[in-house]
Amino acid sequence: MLRTQKLGEADRIITVLTKRAGKVRGVAKGVRRTTSRFGARLEPFSHVDLQLHEGRSLDVITQVETIRPYGEALVADYPRYTAGTAMLETADRLTLGEKEPALRQFLLLVGGLRTLAEREHEARLVLDAYFLRSLAVAGYAPALSECARCGAEAVRAFAIAAGGVVCGSCRPPAATVPAAETITLMIALLRGDWPMADASEPRHRTECSGLVAAYLQWHLEHGIRSLRHVEREQAREPGREWWPSAGEPGAVSPPGAARGFDPKSTPNSHIFRA
Amino acid sequence: MYEGVVQNLIDELGMLPGVGPKSAQRIAFHLLAADPADVKRLAHALLEVKERVRFCRVCGNVAAEEECRICRDQRRDPHVICVVEESKDVVAIEKTREFRGRYHVLGGAISPIDGVGPDDLRIRELMTRLADGQVTELILATDPNLEGEATATYLARLVKPMGLKVTRLASGLPVGGDLEYADEVTLGRAFEGRRLLDV
Repeated sequence: MLRTQKLGEADRIITVLTKRAGKVRGVAKGVRRTTSRFGARLEPFSHVDLQLHEGRSLDVITQVETIRPYGEALVADYPRYTAGTAMLETADRLTLGEKEPALRQFLLLVGGLRTLAEREHEARLVLDAYFLRSLAVAGYAPALSECARCGAEAVRAFAIAAGGVVCGSCRPPAATVPAAETITLMIALLRGDWPMADASEPRHRTECSGLVAAYLQWHLEHGIRSLRHVEREQAREPGREWWPSAGEPGAVSPPGAARGFDPKSTPNSHIFRA
Repeated sequence: MYEGVVQNLIDELGMLPGVGPKSAQRIAFHLLAADPADVKRLAHALLEVKERVRFCRVCGNVAAEEECRICRDQRRDPHVICVVEESKDVVAIEKTREFRGRYHVLGGAISPIDGVGPDDLRIRELMTRLADGQVTELILATDPNLEGEATATYLARLVKPMGLKVTRLASGLPVGGDLEYADEVTLGRAFEGRRLLDV
């Protein structure tokens, strides 16, 4: 269940991402009444088994069975709820066409919501992992190990428009230079390496969130409204804008090959805040 | 397409929530056939509601004066505040005749996907009301849907340090229904909120 909109006196228009038919919109009649038999099952975040009757413009929902009501767990924890809504909105945006199968996006969203509800990892980490992987499924995976333009291994900056990390010679003027650990975190999130992601420092998580959010919204060509309301479980570190010149510390190394610079001196770029 | 003024009326009526083009046409022709005095009364009521009705400066409920009828009533318990999403919810709770405290209308619920966050609701005004220490209980009566629950969670977390008693309306089985038809979420909540039968 992606989202609901009120319709008429007691109905709702429900948007769902289905396993076989992609995104589907349907009318759920009378679900806003307290006597509705399936109103509680048709809430965002719910993983449901749905029966629809094909209508002229919108399908009509005739039967609903709950598989997993993730909303119950998420709503009890405000940061997780806000992260979850950003996931739903992104899934809605990434599956533009209705009734076009999007099996991988469906499986990714269900997995993301389950991970978020299980509370094993910080909500914002789960959200960023979902963003990166859903972008990868949609064909927008950021280049993180090699220059997005020329394929060179010695990368030093992150350029959203270029599609990821770039080398010194391909680096456009507006590119930001994140910490090497931030790029390593992005790779860990993209690959699902949770031990490495969980061990990351708060400042790198903040920087990663900013870059991922900016990258996502650039490629979607649309802002994600929920992102403004996503709450961190931990307080943000005070940051500052930083535009390093060539030769200064902060050059991004390929993952797993950090080239001996002091992480404490590595600046955080907060140019692309969520 | 009809003559200019009739079409204008149909178009205006069609802007109302839940009124489609067919319904707008039906209402327009009903008004054309109606007694002129009835139509004038309706037009006057529409103008008056926009000119006179405002929002209570204390609770945010619709009011004909600066403060609503409930906030002006000295017999209402000032120690208990019931937080609702809309003015319609105040009317629904008033019909029960169970609650004698005061209200606070938020003006909606937190819904990040629609771009509505805590700053877009009357939460700051609520915190100001709670700051004087007179209130001892805050009843969270937001809708029992996801946005309502999230709003209640947010408020409970915000108010917790103040040491107030924060309660949430019970969810459960509707009176007069059969247990077998209850959905698992509602039935689960009914189990969670079961009470001791003291006979």
